[in-house]
Amino acid sequence: MNDRDHVSEEELNAYVDNELPVDRRSILEAWLATHPDDAARVAAWRKQADLLCQRYGHLEYETPPQRFDLDRLARRRYSGLAAIAATVTAFLIGAAAGWTVHGLEIQKPSNLAQFTSDALVAYRLYTVEVRHPVEVPGEERPHLVQWLSKRVGSPLNPPELDKQGLKLVGGRLLPGPTGPSAFFMYETPSGERFTLYCGHVNDGETALRYTTGGQNAAYYWVDRNLAYVLSGPMETGKLKEIAQAAYDQIDRRSPPRG
Amino acid sequence: MSEFRERIEAAIPALRRYARALTRDAETADDIVQDTLVRALRSEHLFHGGDMRAWLYTILTNLNRNRLRTLARRPVVTPIKDTDATASGPDSGGRDIVRALEILTEEQRSALLLVVLESLTYREVSEVQGVPIGTVMSRLARARNEIKAYLDGERPALRRVK
Repeated sequence: MNDRDHVSEEELNAYVDNELPVDRRSILEAWLATHPDDAARVAAWRKQADLLCQRYGHLEYETPPQRFDLDRLARRRYSGLAAIAATVTAFLIGAAAGWTVHGLEIQKPSNLAQFTSDALVAYRLYTVEVRHPVEVPGEERPHLVQWLSKRVGSPLNPPELDKQGLKLVGGRLLPGPTGPSAFFMYETPSGERFTLYCGHVNDGETALRYTTGGQNAAYYWVDRNLAYVLSGPMETGKLKEIAQAAYDQIDRRSPPRG
Repeated sequence: MSEFRERIEAAIPALRRYARALTRDAETADDIVQDTLVRALRSEHLFHGGDMRAWLYTILTNLNRNRLRTLARRPVVTPIKDTDATASGPDSGGRDIVRALEILTEEQRSALLLVVLESLTYREVSEVQGVPIGTVMSRLARARNEIKAYLDGERPALRRVK
């Protein structure tokens, strides 16, 4: 047998996958007849393929679930606009539930991890700002709240954290993983800053959870399709107290489930 | 329904099969399939004929890669009630083909599944993965040898942290 007849690893694979040029096929078959080790490997690889097909092949014959209805998924293209239109209406009549939730529940998969990480990035970026930490100052609270609610597409109401020693510095609009997010900044008398980042996510409701990033940490939760991330310096006691207070206020304000 | 949508629809069962094997988790798999479909519907203008299935596999493979990347740099979170249906299943404990898939790298797994389960040609897989055919072939060869060694008991059973 000369060099031309030597069979490589790749060729053995190509043989199994019917990717071998016709003229090499017979050479390879002759090789396998005289090389039982390689023949055994080829048999084992074919067995692997059979196992995979046995394990997963049935999905080809399964009727896909309703969630894959293409007409429905195609409407998702407009879900951002529909949600804003719906919420503006809902805002006016004072009942925000129906549409918005309906439009959002088909938005999967989870983007909460991305959301919390964006929130921490925003925290780091803006809390160091001395002159322009916010776009709209806290003194103009009604305007700030109305503007951000409209852009995010849900009625927002930044918690009042005076009892925790925090004053609302103001807020700004930021991009989020699924659309506009609202960013509220609070400050202690000593200049320590905490921020609340909130916007729509696809995740179901959660209780308070904790996450860290760099020198900072955040508590986050989801309430009625709105995710909230309260970020601050990684100093557990204070941050947790503030997050709990914010969580309680927002939870109380949510309209009853129904 | 437009022809474009009909062709996407026809591919859904195969996409679910590929995604299920790629992620080994039914829920994650269907999430990725749904994202793939939304992405495809939005990108109709980017599809210039050709093999619809290969195009969809490309989107799905990329989405899964992004997902894994996000998982990797995800901040440390404390899950409260995340359910995990796959950690213990009927096949837990044994050395089965599903566990064998777990020991592969993402690229090896994708290459193997596209060829074996989805019957793509080497050329198509090289387009899906964006690498030369030679790279596809070495990924396949590695994948098969890894699985064989694992099923033969030559590799320790891994307990993967999900």
